[in-house]
Amino acid sequence: MTDTSRPDHDLRAAKTRLKNEQRALTLRRFMANRLAVCGLGLTVVICLLAFLGPLLTPHGPLDINPIDRLQPPSAEHWMGTDNFGRDIYVRVLHGTRASLLIGFSVALLSSLIGVAIGLYSAYFKLLDHVLMRITDGLMAFPAILLAISVIAVFGPTTRNVILTLVVVYTPLIARVVRSNALVVKEQPYIESLRALGSSRTRIIWRHIFPNTVSSLIVQASFVFAVAIITEAMLSFLGVGIPAPHPSLGNILYDGKNVITSAWWMTVFPGAMIIGVVLGQNILGDGLRDFLDPHTNKAVSKR
Amino acid sequence: MSHATSPDTPRASAPEPLLRAVEVRQHFPVRRGFFKPTAYVKAVNGVSFEIAEGETFGLVGESGCGKSTLGRTLLRLVEPTDGACFYRGENIFEKSPSEFARFRRELQMVFQDPYSSLNPKMRVGDILEEAMKIHGIGTRRTRTDRVIELLETVGLSSEHYFRFPHEFSGGQRQRIGLARALSLSPKVVICDETVSALDVSIQAQVLNLMKRIRREFDLSYLFISHDLGVVKYISDRIGVMYLGNLVEVATAEELFESPKHPYTQALISALPKTNPRTKKERIKLTGEVPSPLSPPSGCCFHTRCPHATEICRTTVPASRTISDTHKVACHLYEGRA
Repeated sequence: MTDTSRPDHDLRAAKTRLKNEQRALTLRRFMANRLAVCGLGLTVVICLLAFLGPLLTPHGPLDINPIDRLQPPSAEHWMGTDNFGRDIYVRVLHGTRASLLIGFSVALLSSLIGVAIGLYSAYFKLLDHVLMRITDGLMAFPAILLAISVIAVFGPTTRNVILTLVVVYTPLIARVVRSNALVVKEQPYIESLRALGSSRTRIIWRHIFPNTVSSLIVQASFVFAVAIITEAMLSFLGVGIPAPHPSLGNILYDGKNVITSAWWMTVFPGAMIIGVVLGQNILGDGLRDFLDPHTNKAVSKR
Repeated sequence: MSHATSPDTPRASAPEPLLRAVEVRQHFPVRRGFFKPTAYVKAVNGVSFEIAEGETFGLVGESGCGKSTLGRTLLRLVEPTDGACFYRGENIFEKSPSEFARFRRELQMVFQDPYSSLNPKMRVGDILEEAMKIHGIGTRRTRTDRVIELLETVGLSSEHYFRFPHEFSGGQRQRIGLARALSLSPKVVICDETVSALDVSIQAQVLNLMKRIRREFDLSYLFISHDLGVVKYISDRIGVMYLGNLVEVATAEELFESPKHPYTQALISALPKTNPRTKKERIKLTGEVPSPLSPPSGCCFHTRCPHATEICRTTVPASRTISDTHKVACHLYEGRA
């Protein structure tokens, strides 16, 4: 017993050392990637602002104050007030919070479903035909139109918005995962696993999946951004987050009628959408450079 | 060691060889068009040979002759079209997938490309333990011990356990591939062009390692290569493949001393000589290898054979026994057994 424990101990020490070394290297490589760092920074700042920012003022997002309607930005209302006298600053941040929640849920859920669809359709040919035709059908359908009709039927709630967007964006993820899995599947190390007698489930989840993760993360970060834009569009059209609750889209809608007299109602939520989406896109680009350096070269040449 | 002359001979008094392939065929369907009938690429077209315990059987042939496909077929990485393969007397081609799992532990493979045959996202230790995990061998600790032992056997050390494949050179990766095949303590290892991707000095190291491992682990190799020199160095017996057929089988010495089949003769005459003064006629083959989609009738080699006669065009030559250890599929040796 004591005989085996010593090399075991040495091994564990070596493992910790190597892991730390590799972690430090990875961190340094990430920090050297200016795009990814900027994108991550912007996203983190916006997240902090969305969740902690509202605590800085006494106003609530639904507090109506008709006397102070359409005030320009001031020390009291940092981004002015809207046509009901509600504080735009608080409403924008609450809207951002909702947007982030929706973007994150959509990215997460469509990744989960998309990964399963992509991996299995890459591995089983017959299933591939069926799933990819369904995917083609979904991609041919305009996202907004589908979302509007679903919400018109099932009612405008945050949950319905999320579910619809998941349906719309899952194909994007499934496609990317599938195309990567198809490449990985033909690699000799997958064949070597079959020679070892590995089960399909093990090959798919333990060996093919990790090799598709990098492109999955990149794609998911874009879905995150696109879902936020789509949600804003839906709310602007009145089929997103229901009215009194703030969302970047419906603040813009409220501001539309007074755009000539109260510019702050349009500029601040608009700027916030730009900020969130820009941060996500930059982060996605940076992550792609960071995670798979090979595709990056091909893309940047275009 | 004796050779069954015909695949149909019932098990003779001679001991059953460790691995015996009988008339193995691997045909891949090719859809050429909607109205045309499906064609078949006859990658392996009726190959029979046997490997005795502790023996290295070399398989040579030019690229595209079906030698790699044969190796993959024997392990059922592609399902065989026809034929049988007996391992210790049991036909492994007829086993159901679950029954076959037992044989996987005995029959292993080392792959050609050292760069893509290891999962780039996994640490070497995990790659090597994977096989044992799949077959549920040992506990975590015993597996780790075994892997470190294996790493040392193939000339690496325990500090390589947590490294990723990209941190190794080609030769080191082939050593890892070898260790992976050994992790299940197999009896037969199929080496598919194992050293072809390595440069010559590393080739020698890996070949010597393989020889040592064969002794230590009491293994048999099916050594597939296009490199005659490498095959001569490591093999006890050699089979020569041409267009999906095994045209000649002999001991390594016999094959190089007195090649019988015209194709083997041409191959060996193409080897560079160590003494430049020796005059030896170079047999030049003309033409191209015919397409395996429509192999020539009769002897598959007759289109390029300098000695081809009428019978070669019409009749497929059977495998003839020249001596106890030498078999050739050629009409030239008719009645000269």
